[in-house]
Amino acid sequence: MSELDVAKIRKDFPIFTRTIRDGKKLVYLDSGATSQKPQSVIDAEVNFYSKNNAAAHRGAHQLAEEATEAMESARQIVAEFLGGEVDEIVFTKSATESLNLLAYSYTSLITKDDSIVVTEMEHHANLIPWQQLAERTGATLKWFEVDTDGRLDLSSIDTVITEDTKIVALTHQSNVLGTINPLEAIVARAHEVGAVVILDACQSVPHMPMHVADLNIDFLAFSGHKAVGPTGVGVLWGRSELLEMLPPFLFGGSMIETVTMTSATWAPAPRKFEAGVPNMAQIVGLGAALNYLSTIGMEKIYRHEVKLGAYLIERLSSIEGLRIVGPHHMESRGGTVSFTFGDIHPHDLGQYLDAQGIAVRTGHHCAWPLTRKLGVAATTRASLYFYNDESDVDALIEGIIGAKKYFGRS
Amino acid sequence: MELDALYQEVILDHYKHPQHKGLLSTYDAQVHHVNPSCGDEITLNIALNNGSISSLSWDGVGCSISQASVSIMSDLVIGKSIDEARVILDNFVELMQSKGLKTGDPEILEDAVSLAGVSKFPARIKCALLGWMAYKDAVLSASTK
Ligand SMILES: Cc1ncc(COP(=O)(O)O)c(C=O)c1O
Repeated sequence: MSELDVAKIRKDFPIFTRTIRDGKKLVYLDSGATSQKPQSVIDAEVNFYSKNNAAAHRGAHQLAEEATEAMESARQIVAEFLGGEVDEIVFTKSATESLNLLAYSYTSLITKDDSIVVTEMEHHANLIPWQQLAERTGATLKWFEVDTDGRLDLSSIDTVITEDTKIVALTHQSNVLGTINPLEAIVARAHEVGAVVILDACQSVPHMPMHVADLNIDFLAFSGHKAVGPTGVGVLWGRSELLEMLPPFLFGGSMIETVTMTSATWAPAPRKFEAGVPNMAQIVGLGAALNYLSTIGMEKIYRHEVKLGAYLIERLSSIEGLRIVGPHHMESRGGTVSFTFGDIHPHDLGQYLDAQGIAVRTGHHCAWPLTRKLGVAATTRASLYFYNDESDVDALIEGIIGAKKYFGRS
Repeated sequence: MELDALYQEVILDHYKHPQHKGLLSTYDAQVHHVNPSCGDEITLNIALNNGSISSLSWDGVGCSISQASVSIMSDLVIGKSIDEARVILDNFVELMQSKGLKTGDPEILEDAVSLAGVSKFPARIKCALLGWMAYKDAVLSASTK
């Protein structure tokens, strides 16, 4: 039995009252792509637009005051959720933007003699910005390889992270394999050579307790929409002294201190990185989302997913011809499982499952170098969240077995 | 069921026994196309003779829709003139864009009418068109050589 009352939790999510393809129950196993939203998050956005809407940090009127207050309380909520300081929270539109912001802001600080380290399991959003930074600056891009079990090969850590390394950017949990990467050794080595550690926490912030201070990292990025929050809002957390030192990436309104016809100076962080009128309603929605998650409890969410993940792996492993791509046991692993199934292409399997009301993701999951390395053109991915339970896993298993019959018919 | 409209027997047959798969070594043009949203890939070789498609061969990886569609397309255009093939191509593209409202002209499209169901699944239209777009590109580059 889970510590979570999933049936009760599902009542908070209006989408679970609808049906899929001719009345099928929705079995949502695609939270790795985006999570569903509880009513409290939807209400927070609606409330903001119906009651407090004005340009935050700009007007001299009550509504502007309220909008500013709503947005800044959300910043406080994010800071507490991550264990950081309020001024260390930068709002962006997504994790993708957070990572690009860093890669652009670092341009003037990186030279051709430096190296940037990533891993083979990065989402394109945490790979291409660094490829491009390397190209702009002439720096060398290096990476940790992934072994056949879907774990990072750290045996070469001292030759991958070297004296010239300035940035180590890696994912906390792989969006394809579910692997949770061991940060301690990587952070220690990075700091030993004076490099900063940038954590893509898109797949960890929504799923486990996170404390930036305990992790000892330097920057962290995540997207609100994978953490039961709205689309259009992301977060960049950075150590205050680093945010202080980094030049801004986007220029415009709200990020300045003074402006003349030929020059400008910058407001202190985080404002320096928030040019333009922000996505206020979404920021407020993100605050409501993190409050919702905290009420349920991140420890409980994590334990629920690990338990359900173990059940998913056990059931998948019992299907003949099914190959799990990634770690087969739950140690340092979350509830995202990718697999291939005989000669049924993932796209066809996904389509069949969809006809049963089951939503999964298929393809290379924006991590093409990884799937190529693992020798699969595409996989099917089931990603769990705290609103899933064993009945969702059972439906998936039944669906997979049904697909074999269906496609084997002719 | 809608799914049966998508996965007709003809399609599964072509998927299991793809026609003209395996690249021939003589060709006038070779193209490589990918579907970046799902990772499907195709390499297609084409040879022309007097304004006709004298040979076409291909290799690739992909879902049953993409693989069956190339297979059917190969059967259809080999031996046809480029002009005849253009009519087939235009008809097929129109069928794919029909959102399930057209069934396709069997006189022109033959087995390709079995792909009509794809047009109801927006995410799969690109799968069905992958090989056809590769063909279009290959003919263009072979005829401008
Ligand atoms: C590990 C990882 N990094 C980065 C991203 C990019 O997030 P977004 O598209 O919300 O910016 C994703 C989401 O797909 C992800 O799973």
